[in-house]
Amino acid sequence: MSPLTWILALPLMAAAGLCFVPRSYKVVLRTVSVVVTAVVAWIALDLLVGFAAAPVGRGGYRYVQQIPWVESLGISFFVGVDGINLGLIVMGAIVAFAAACVSWEIEERTKEYYVLLMLMTGGILGAFASLDIFFLYFFHELALVPTFIMIGVWGRGDRRQSAAFQITLYLTLGALVALIGLIALYLQSGVRTFDLVTLTEHLSANPIPAARQHFIFPWLMFGLGILVSLWPFHTWAPLGYGAAPTATAMLHAGVLKKFGLYALLKIAVPLLPEGAKAWLPMLAWLCLGNILYCGWVAMRQRDLNQLIGNSSVAHVGFVFLGIASLTTLGVTGAVMVMVAHGFLAALSFALSGWLYGQTRSLDMDRMGGLLKQMPFIGTVMVMAMMAGCGLPGFGNFVGEMLVLFGGWKSDLVICGGWISFRWFVAAAAWGALIVAAVYMLRAIRSMFHGAIGESWRDSKDALGAWRRMPYLVLLVSLLAVGVAPRLLTDHIEPSARSIVDAVARSRSVPNLAAAPGNSIP
Amino acid sequence: MNLSLLGPEVVLVLFGLALLLLEGVVPGPRRRLMGYASAAIVAVLFLYAASGHAGLTEPGYAFGRMFVLDGLAIFFKALFLCAGVFVLLLAADMGDRLGSGVTEYFVLTLFALAGMLLAASANNFAVMYVALELITVAFYVLTSYQRSRVASLEAGVKYLILGALSSAFMVYGIALCFGASGTMQFDELAANSAALAESRLFQAGMLMVLGGLAFKVAVFPFQIWAPDVYEGAPAPTTAFLAIGSKAAGVVLLVRLLGGVIPELGLKWEPLLMSVAGISILFGSLCAIPQRSLKRLMGYSSIANGGFVVVGLAAMSKAGSAAVLYYLAGYLFTVLTAFLVVAVVVERLGTDDFSGLAGLHQRSPLLAGALAVSMVSLAGVPPLAGFFGKFLVLKALVEQGAALPAYYALGGVAILGVVISFWYYFGVLRAIYWGHESADVTPVVVPPVLRVALVTGIVGVIYLGIFPQKVWDAAVAAVALLKI
Repeated sequence: MSPLTWILALPLMAAAGLCFVPRSYKVVLRTVSVVVTAVVAWIALDLLVGFAAAPVGRGGYRYVQQIPWVESLGISFFVGVDGINLGLIVMGAIVAFAAACVSWEIEERTKEYYVLLMLMTGGILGAFASLDIFFLYFFHELALVPTFIMIGVWGRGDRRQSAAFQITLYLTLGALVALIGLIALYLQSGVRTFDLVTLTEHLSANPIPAARQHFIFPWLMFGLGILVSLWPFHTWAPLGYGAAPTATAMLHAGVLKKFGLYALLKIAVPLLPEGAKAWLPMLAWLCLGNILYCGWVAMRQRDLNQLIGNSSVAHVGFVFLGIASLTTLGVTGAVMVMVAHGFLAALSFALSGWLYGQTRSLDMDRMGGLLKQMPFIGTVMVMAMMAGCGLPGFGNFVGEMLVLFGGWKSDLVICGGWISFRWFVAAAAWGALIVAAVYMLRAIRSMFHGAIGESWRDSKDALGAWRRMPYLVLLVSLLAVGVAPRLLTDHIEPSARSIVDAVARSRSVPNLAAAPGNSIP
Repeated sequence: MNLSLLGPEVVLVLFGLALLLLEGVVPGPRRRLMGYASAAIVAVLFLYAASGHAGLTEPGYAFGRMFVLDGLAIFFKALFLCAGVFVLLLAADMGDRLGSGVTEYFVLTLFALAGMLLAASANNFAVMYVALELITVAFYVLTSYQRSRVASLEAGVKYLILGALSSAFMVYGIALCFGASGTMQFDELAANSAALAESRLFQAGMLMVLGGLAFKVAVFPFQIWAPDVYEGAPAPTTAFLAIGSKAAGVVLLVRLLGGVIPELGLKWEPLLMSVAGISILFGSLCAIPQRSLKRLMGYSSIANGGFVVVGLAAMSKAGSAAVLYYLAGYLFTVLTAFLVVAVVVERLGTDDFSGLAGLHQRSPLLAGALAVSMVSLAGVPPLAGFFGKFLVLKALVEQGAALPAYYALGGVAILGVVISFWYYFGVLRAIYWGHESADVTPVVVPPVLRVALVTGIVGVIYLGIFPQKVWDAAVAAVALLKI
């Protein structure tokens, strides 16, 4: 069996197994979850180490395994990795481990909680490992539903019910819109299979007619966009993350949310190149909404989770920009941002979870001087916030730079060629360097410097190696990606190049006047 | 004439009559055993039908081709019989609460079941009408069975009046069709379908027949009875209505629209699409404020009826096969839900959401079963409902290339699913994280129902994870349709 199958099967098996553990055995529940995620993270790291040496299977993927499921519909269980999902799987597995570790805050209904956590982990990793579009969706949905329940049951604040409902309705809508797009793609391809490798090969030789592509692409772009909090469909994100329990926010903001970006990059762009050319200019406009508008909103936040949530929405804009640039550099950068931001978002939510656990409040106006009170948590938080404004040494810097460089060279036609893509790059750079720096530095000032806030006098730092480990694991990963980006970029680049080439190869000249993206001012 | 084709129907009717005779001999407290015996008989018949009627390969005909036994009929017979097993087990368990005359309850259920089997095989308007009347008349009694409860009587009266109205529609429609075509045989209608589809008279007749069937499926504009009747009727009846009676309407719709006069179906695609869209929206939106689980299921049944019509409106084999799969998944889901509802109503005396609070502490099995069925109804993988909805949407998008209106219907369907998340998760919330309940005494589930519940859960999960077999059966069942 492929190690990938184990990666997704272990958490699912653990979820099934935990159902039969009596609910009073809290230690068993917790130990099983932590051990299983640790094993999964270990296997994932092993994949990364052995990636170059692993035999290449179908379609250039490694560690492939394929089992027919419903043959008459062309659905099979098919897993495999290339450079793009490799990084995401490793990141997802590490974040899942950290999330299982910080779940000590959960004291009620631990059994249901860990079952759902394991389901979510298995679903997330399955979504990234699957090379069958049906299962890609299947696993994503499997991971999504526990999110809703976890927010509803273990969420915080008075607004958790409405947050749970809003996130449920929004994300279900997004997933279903994307599903329509995926089904349309499947039906139009003419090969009647959900197998990504076969689809790619077939469609590069016999592309879908351009008019059809123009029709299908927006279903995918907006459906997946809702899942990734594309502006203006982002309002669920800060609200949902503010109400979610720590581990859920870590897993969702860090990993699951990347699914939409991943599917956009992996399915929509290479399989529908004409649609991509027509609609990506639109995406470029919208991602400015993420980077600038949500950055602006983040500046006004006084609640730490709202700040992190909005800044996470803003960071996603960079990934969209990298994808829209349609250059190898830009796409590589987009994947790097996905991985780095996964670690960063998970780390930020883990830290805010610790702070919340101390006084049940995340009001930044009432904080202050926390660096003295909790040197460890404070230091890690400062580093996370620095990473958030793109300080060199952290993974985000590498990714954002690659996106900006890639974007500078992009020749994407916007507004019939009246506006250069470079303007978008400039705006994004401004958003990343100025806006992000303003809100992050202001947050650091009000949280960590000055006199200690009244309600924080009795707060405690994370003491002991065990308590500190999840934060350190995430921080070290973030730094590792930043210091040695070639660990990932060497693998990402060939895959990114093949996607960019697939779009460049599609020869038919797009009808500029009819392309919908160009009519948008 | 080949009477062996009618084996299951004959066995059911004879066994029902035998039970009526036995009632005089069997002492009161023992009568519950009759329910278990009928469940066993139905289970055997189910295995017989599921095995494809002892390897029947060619469609068989009886009574001068008025009765047909083809793949479609066999698929639905297996479906009805499977539902029958669950309903009879539930009825046998609830026997004490039904008041006097529990035997009649079993017998009427068996007769309704025989009517459903007959409906699946109807190849003639007269047989169709008789089969549907057999079902409906049995249900008039079954809905109002708890004579001492006003709600039950009210449900019975409502079902009686609206059912009679829809039967009147149907019989008038059949008369018009006969007037236009001179025959009641589906075969002869099918041979002449292109010309008949142009006849105004025939169209009017078919419209009324479809209206009568829409009553059975509980879709717009004949959906109004569903919530009240679902709420008032005894739980086993409601379960049987929700899956059996609905599927009986569906099999006839599939046969008429797909096999007999596809031309008319194609012509009426916009009509079918609007019926589907309105049903989905009506059912979903009205379900939101409900606080009674049975009523909620009534509205959800309307929305699900809409989804079934979506598959029919696609007017393709893929769409019809999707409908069959959808119903198979719906069968286990709904039966599991009603098993829970029945136990909850019996033990707690209410099916209000407030009564569900703390259910996960009082009986993890009941809470888990209800949660699984709600999540499956919402269409979440890896459960049966997801694959069913996926297939229906796929059939819909497939037609979208030809007629863009299908995409609009797809949009409505998506909206319906999104809204349905709202109320299905509302049930989950009531069970798991709503108000804390002061009363945490365990709810005891009898062993038989325990087995039934576990079977239902396994069925829901099995159809979601291993859809291959049932999907292939569904595809084979619609192979002979003309669309």
